[in-house]
Amino acid sequence: MTEELISFASKQDMLAKSKQFWNPDKTQFWIDSGVPLVIDRREGYFIYDVEGKRLIDVHLNGGTYNLGHRNPEVAAAVTAAMQRFDIGNHHFPSLARTALAEALISTAPDGLTKVMYGSGGGEAIDIALKSARHATKRRGIVSVAKAYHGHTGLAVATGDERFATLFLADRPDEFSHVPFNDTDAMEAALKARDVAAVIMETIPATYGFPLPAPGYLAGVKKLCERYGALYIADEVQTGLMRTGELWAITKHGVNPDILVTGKGISGGMYPVSAVLATEAAAGWLTEDGFAHMSTFGGAELGCVAALKTLEITGRPEVRSMVHYIAATFTSGLSTIQAQYPDWFTGIRQDGLVMGLEFGHPQGAKFVMKRLYENGVWAIFSTLDPRVLQYKPGILLTPAVCEELLERTEVAIAKARDDAAKGARP
Amino acid sequence: MTETPISVSELLTDPAGVPRARAMLQRAEWAGRAFARYDKPAVDAIVGAAAAAGAARAREYAERAVRETGFGVVEHKVLKNVACSTGVVEHYAGHDYVTPRVDAAAKVVEVPRPAGVVLALTPSTNPVATVFFKCLLALMTRSVVVVSPHPMAKEVCADAARALGEAAVKAGAPDGVIQVVDEPSVPLIDALMTDERTSVIVATGGVPVVRAAYSSGTPAIGVGPGNVPVLVDATADLAKAARRIVDSKSFDNSVLCTNESVLIVTEQAATALLRHLKQAGAYLLAPDERDRVAAMLFPGGRFDIRFVGKDASWIAAEAGLRVPNRTRVLLAPFDLVVPEEPLAHEKLCPVLGLVRVPTARRGIDAARAVLRLSGRGHSAAIHSADPQVIMEYGAAVEVLRVAVNVGNSLGSAGLETNLAPTMTIGTGFFGRSSVGENLHPSHLVQWTRLAYNRDPAEPFGDFSGLTPWQAPASRNGAVPPYPVASNQRGDHPATASGGGQAYRPARSELNGSDASALREQIRRLILEELSQLAGG
Repeated sequence: MTEELISFASKQDMLAKSKQFWNPDKTQFWIDSGVPLVIDRREGYFIYDVEGKRLIDVHLNGGTYNLGHRNPEVAAAVTAAMQRFDIGNHHFPSLARTALAEALISTAPDGLTKVMYGSGGGEAIDIALKSARHATKRRGIVSVAKAYHGHTGLAVATGDERFATLFLADRPDEFSHVPFNDTDAMEAALKARDVAAVIMETIPATYGFPLPAPGYLAGVKKLCERYGALYIADEVQTGLMRTGELWAITKHGVNPDILVTGKGISGGMYPVSAVLATEAAAGWLTEDGFAHMSTFGGAELGCVAALKTLEITGRPEVRSMVHYIAATFTSGLSTIQAQYPDWFTGIRQDGLVMGLEFGHPQGAKFVMKRLYENGVWAIFSTLDPRVLQYKPGILLTPAVCEELLERTEVAIAKARDDAAKGARP
Repeated sequence: MTETPISVSELLTDPAGVPRARAMLQRAEWAGRAFARYDKPAVDAIVGAAAAAGAARAREYAERAVRETGFGVVEHKVLKNVACSTGVVEHYAGHDYVTPRVDAAAKVVEVPRPAGVVLALTPSTNPVATVFFKCLLALMTRSVVVVSPHPMAKEVCADAARALGEAAVKAGAPDGVIQVVDEPSVPLIDALMTDERTSVIVATGGVPVVRAAYSSGTPAIGVGPGNVPVLVDATADLAKAARRIVDSKSFDNSVLCTNESVLIVTEQAATALLRHLKQAGAYLLAPDERDRVAAMLFPGGRFDIRFVGKDASWIAAEAGLRVPNRTRVLLAPFDLVVPEEPLAHEKLCPVLGLVRVPTARRGIDAARAVLRLSGRGHSAAIHSADPQVIMEYGAAVEVLRVAVNVGNSLGSAGLETNLAPTMTIGTGFFGRSSVGENLHPSHLVQWTRLAYNRDPAEPFGDFSGLTPWQAPASRNGAVPPYPVASNQRGDHPATASGGGQAYRPARSELNGSDASALREQIRRLILEELSQLAGG
């Protein structure tokens, strides 16, 4: 059956049809980048190209596959759920949605009491921004320059113009962008008291994981309080134990007004996203519960996947493992860096959120290509291609960590030679 | 609306908690990898701290074990808990399972490699002492442990394992060095045993558990049950023999696999021995009393576990017998050691079978017969002054240790002999086990041998002062260190090492004079417990 539905004469044929029927530019981009990857089967932290090439996945789609591809426990939970549930009816109280909401709130930073659901990160960000506007009766939204919060109507306007202007979706009158790690600029943006919310990725992913300076996020939260704006923590990429705590924002001593989670929350099995909000920020749920609707938002199968994901992620054993894995990369990467200090210029790391900096404006693209050749899939940072996003899974075994570090070392050395030769990335 | 509870039980895809147990093994694998690179001083500090933590709560855990399982004697369990914590550590104080050994004459260097992840299955009869023992053996050899306690003793064992683990981690051990299963079940234990992350299973318990360990495909050290014959001949000091036998048989109300099961005495010694046994607190059952006790203990031919670890007076009362107050052992005479004789089988309570034989040679035959029923490979005892009889006995009975002129309970366990002190008795090939000795730390470490070319022309290297291990170093005292963001690590970047575990633990409190003071205190405690025990 599957073969009848999905059948191509060859990989070349498939890529040609991909260009013809799907996305010509993106398909060609990967071919040109030396990453002609068409992912077929996948298991744990390994993905396999249709031609059989095995890659260790260190991209994980921004943490979607934190628990590995097709995590057997999540798969079993969803399979069991499918014998009883489907997406569900979004108007009615639901067993799975309510159970997940309760589970999320029990793990959340203090003050968060209500959960709203979407089907993806962008939708959740839109819900968060709408909730903030309703709560404050203000329109202004402040985000960080080079931030990335998704591609839906409001979310895309918070991000870089790279994704907004093409679609005439930028809204400079209501959405302002301030430099990261600049408290003064943040204060200037808030002073007029017309801002509904500041939205912050705890570590900006697509910008290459620049780390918030000590005290920066707490300082932003204080400014929000001073000027009556809400603080929205976008934990889509940094949440779910990636930094060694369930929610990275707690490492900064910030209790956000709104917290957004997506991607990894449902184990890469069934899309769901969630917005956790304080009672005050979620006021519309009491005033007019039908004001925002989403047929697929909080789909029940996704909720079951998320319940299982949250249970796995919250195990004390898993937290301990993440700390071990993080220490392994701290040590392993610094050993590699010591050999190529002029090329491998920096390591940005908070737990398993890592950005590797290279001494060339397109440095991460060279490394990405060589990593691919050497059996590792990691992606450059779209908004800062000097930096490679390096995001190992939270359940990695010691053996795969060692293998990954060895492959990484070889690729970094080769990429250095490529860049030195002046090759095209 | 109804008040009926709503749950979606089919989403509980694994009620036994197997995935969580697998997560424990993976955490253990990480911890083992870090621990395997610790140096000797770091290991000593950890072992000392864990042992002290166990000894400090020896009495509490003894009381709780008796309460939870319903059998055994608190005082005796205190003794074992101390012996299996600080006692074991002191016994192995001069041993080194960490530092490489260099044999220049043989041109061989031996590098110790710990087992890794030890799955410790512990019994209900000897619960806390076995947890202590296995955990400490693992720590001495830089292995990590997942303890799966017997369900009857799971609460006290879990707490005991955690106490040792917390003390070890506080002294610098890697996080997760000792973990424990809270809700043991058959599917859970099976999952742990068959998982490839388990390096070795150390199984103490009933025959099914031990056989399952060996069948799992994972290397296993399993030990079988005992059924201990004790032979007394006329050359023995009968007064001492009687006292030792009664003390040993009543020890911990006879729940140990080392407690005597059948006393075999030569006719020449019998009358005097029985008189001394009576003085020592044994009560000789009359034939009708013997039949009542036998019928009660073995209804339908199977031992009733209701009587496990109960004291002699209670058992006598249950059988409707009146026995002197000070009775510690019930002597149950019978004629012939044969399978259909219930009293010849293992009795986990202070009822001691009694067989009279015309000669020592017939006694040896009877002892062999006892072991044909069960307990092959385990242990036997003899009280005699005749080396020839002792040698013949030892060469004939199918066990791998014979306690001579000492109670078997603590004799074969190495607490009153110079055998390795243990809670895990290797029953060897007789008992279908891979280990024939008392379990000791060497069983959990193997050695990588760097063997040079024998040709004298090829020089041997100078390894003096070389060690591949180091004291773990850490920014904040924890292994692994807490993941602080790289822009907040200050001036103390993590030092690199092969496995990313080069972190220094907080120094143990067990240093210098503190340590010797603590040792002294513990020695006093042991002596106190021993004198209480001797006093009755």
